[in-house]
Amino acid sequence: MCDQTFLAITFGPCDNCSQNKPLMNIYLKNEPINYCSLCVELMACQGLAKGETTNTLKAESESLKAKLEEERAKLHDVELHQVAEKIDALGQFVMKTRRTLKGHGNKVLCMDWCRDKRRIVSSSQDGKVIVWDAYTTNKEHAVTMPCTWVMACAYAPSGCAVACGGLDNKCSVYPLSLDKNENLAAKKKSVAMHTNYLSSCSFTNSDMQILTSSGDGTCALWDVESGQLLQSFHGHSADVLSLDLAPSETGNTFVSGGCDKKANVWDMRSGQNVQSFETHESDINNVKYYPSGDAFATGSDDATCRLYDLRADREVAIYSKDSIIFGASSVDFSLSGRLLFAGYNDYTINVWDVLKGTRVAILFGHENRVSTVRVSPDGTAFCSGSWDNTLRIWA
Amino acid sequence: MCVFLSIVQMEDVIARMQDEKNGIPIRTVKSFLSKIPSVFSGSDIVQWLLKNLFIEDQVEALHLGTLMAAHGYFFPISDHVLTLKDDGTFYRFQTPYFWPSNCWEPENTDYAVYLCKRTMQNKARLELADYEAESLARLQRAFARKWEFIFMQAEAQAKVDKKRDKIERKILDSQERAFWDVHRPVSVYGLQNDIRSNSPTHTPAPEAKQPTEEELREQIKFWQAQLDRHRLKMSKVAESLLSYTEQYSDYDPFLCTPDPSNPWISDDTTFWEMEASKEPGQTRVRRWGFVINEVLKDPVGREQFLKFLESEFSSENLRFWLAVQELKKRPIREVPTRVQEIWEEFLAAGAPSAINVDSKSYDKTTQNVKDPGRYAFEDAQEHIYKLMKSDSYSRFIRSSAYQELLQAKKKVKHFK
Repeated sequence: MCDQTFLAITFGPCDNCSQNKPLMNIYLKNEPINYCSLCVELMACQGLAKGETTNTLKAESESLKAKLEEERAKLHDVELHQVAEKIDALGQFVMKTRRTLKGHGNKVLCMDWCRDKRRIVSSSQDGKVIVWDAYTTNKEHAVTMPCTWVMACAYAPSGCAVACGGLDNKCSVYPLSLDKNENLAAKKKSVAMHTNYLSSCSFTNSDMQILTSSGDGTCALWDVESGQLLQSFHGHSADVLSLDLAPSETGNTFVSGGCDKKANVWDMRSGQNVQSFETHESDINNVKYYPSGDAFATGSDDATCRLYDLRADREVAIYSKDSIIFGASSVDFSLSGRLLFAGYNDYTINVWDVLKGTRVAILFGHENRVSTVRVSPDGTAFCSGSWDNTLRIWA
Repeated sequence: MCVFLSIVQMEDVIARMQDEKNGIPIRTVKSFLSKIPSVFSGSDIVQWLLKNLFIEDQVEALHLGTLMAAHGYFFPISDHVLTLKDDGTFYRFQTPYFWPSNCWEPENTDYAVYLCKRTMQNKARLELADYEAESLARLQRAFARKWEFIFMQAEAQAKVDKKRDKIERKILDSQERAFWDVHRPVSVYGLQNDIRSNSPTHTPAPEAKQPTEEELREQIKFWQAQLDRHRLKMSKVAESLLSYTEQYSDYDPFLCTPDPSNPWISDDTTFWEMEASKEPGQTRVRRWGFVINEVLKDPVGREQFLKFLESEFSSENLRFWLAVQELKKRPIREVPTRVQEIWEEFLAAGAPSAINVDSKSYDKTTQNVKDPGRYAFEDAQEHIYKLMKSDSYSRFIRSSAYQELLQAKKKVKHFK
């Protein structure tokens, strides 16, 4: 709405082109400016052009994305569970709690296995990180972190250190001493620094590098000794909640999942996002590779778990039921990849037949949300941690 | 406001439960001198869940129903503890006004008004429970200054209530009480408290920013690269997943009991002791034959592979590959020195363990070594890996050394 009759009141140098002309007194973002009519027109056109460019780019991006989905769908000649009809169904499972680890005074948020197949490290809301010999249920080490909500913890491949972090936005490494009297906290080493909470951490094949994911939307690879950032990974548009390294002797990739509902595969060497999947309807809480490294599973707040294959470049299975309406917080595969163990916010653990897509068992026992589920390195058991302050070993 | 997907899905189920045709039959029950309006039994709920959500097990239905009760979607009319019992206990639905999806965060002043109002009602019917009386006393102390205001509000609400129809009042009173059972539960422990706590990771996300031109161009590049990707047909992928799982089934303790037993179940660690011994068992040796990575993964496998290659005087490839793996595990400080050492040993002119790399990789590596990083030998390593896979590895698997290991344990077992 521009009534020309009362606008050109003043005559003088234009704020933009400095020429002496009849000026239009207008307001730009509440600031009065005096432009000549030509400059006003130019400004309006530029704004239009810019808007147009962004819009055209957006449209191009959307159409490419749609085309990608089309291409992916073209190779979908059969469903996984259809091909799996020819293999035998699994028998009845007898899975019981074989050990209950009590000792945390608050919600257990995360746990990891030691490569010796029996020790574990667990972290909780009250800042306590405990190392257990799960076989004997003895506590071997305990550290109190200076922050609450320690959402991430990991065991070093050598078994000689643990890493943990959470609301302190850092990932710290504690060497484990054989001397019970030694104060572990004194030897603590701060390795990673993010600008928001640490959601997940993992050592690579070495005690010397740690991969982290954070609420700040990024993942990062760190040199433990120097604390140097080796590589950062940008691409998620919201909190990254989980990551998992590909189980390959030769590969350099990992997968991450987050609140933007995306699961991204990354090249550790270049920092590039090499593949991306977006089919979940809510936050992805956990990602885990299938043992061969060719696929990975996700657990999400949309109450489903899904399997994505990297070679087919798409989602290949959904694990869901009408009666499961609470989010899946954590997933892990059995050694052969036939079973998927998933912990849920409705306090249960559901065991899925990965190939046939059916549920083979539901495990009750925890008295609050199951926050973490991890299979032991030799696949003989899996451990679940819960907001009921306990951990359970199932076999 | 952020509402969890689980809340939305629960409310879908609750809406179905209240459906006139296919929902739970709601009725009025005669009791002593009065009527109990609008109720159904705990068993009704369990039966409905079993049938309509295709649940096979009563335990599962009861578990899900209990979670719904803890959220306050239906409540036992005579109990402050919101749990589900699979019997004739009477339950009533909560009015949608009080559903969690409305993101209720009632204040203590609201609770004070409520408790105060309760004292104004017919005491015989709605006497305060002990914990409610305690809460009221505490709140009176806390809000001493504004108690008059609270009292006035309570009075006004009580007045409105009195005007209502008796049956309607009964129902609304119970629903209001159930609302407070959710938000001011009788116990600090238990389900009703637990479901309300949330992880700091699940805060509502801020409004997504509009992507910049730069970001959009990046996105377009990404989608274009993805479109160029080579994809496999689903049928092929499915077969691959099936055969991998098939191959490893024998090694999966959840599918095939480990020999002699699963330590977690039998309390006997023999299985672990056998794995730790330097003498590899037959099943373990068989696994090396699946694919080269199995040999490279297993320290004993690596050792045997190396021994075999040394006997053929062709171990430099494997040693190079192992050295580069080890290089990547070093702290960044040690990398430049180590890169030099590996270069001298395997690739420099006159190297003692010279390996054969294609000229392209060689040139690239020569460049990389000038500015040494952890991935300096990446191309060379890839080339060597392919060579090992197609050549050395297949020879190893066919070798008598490997075959003997594979048969050796079998023989021993036979003579047991």
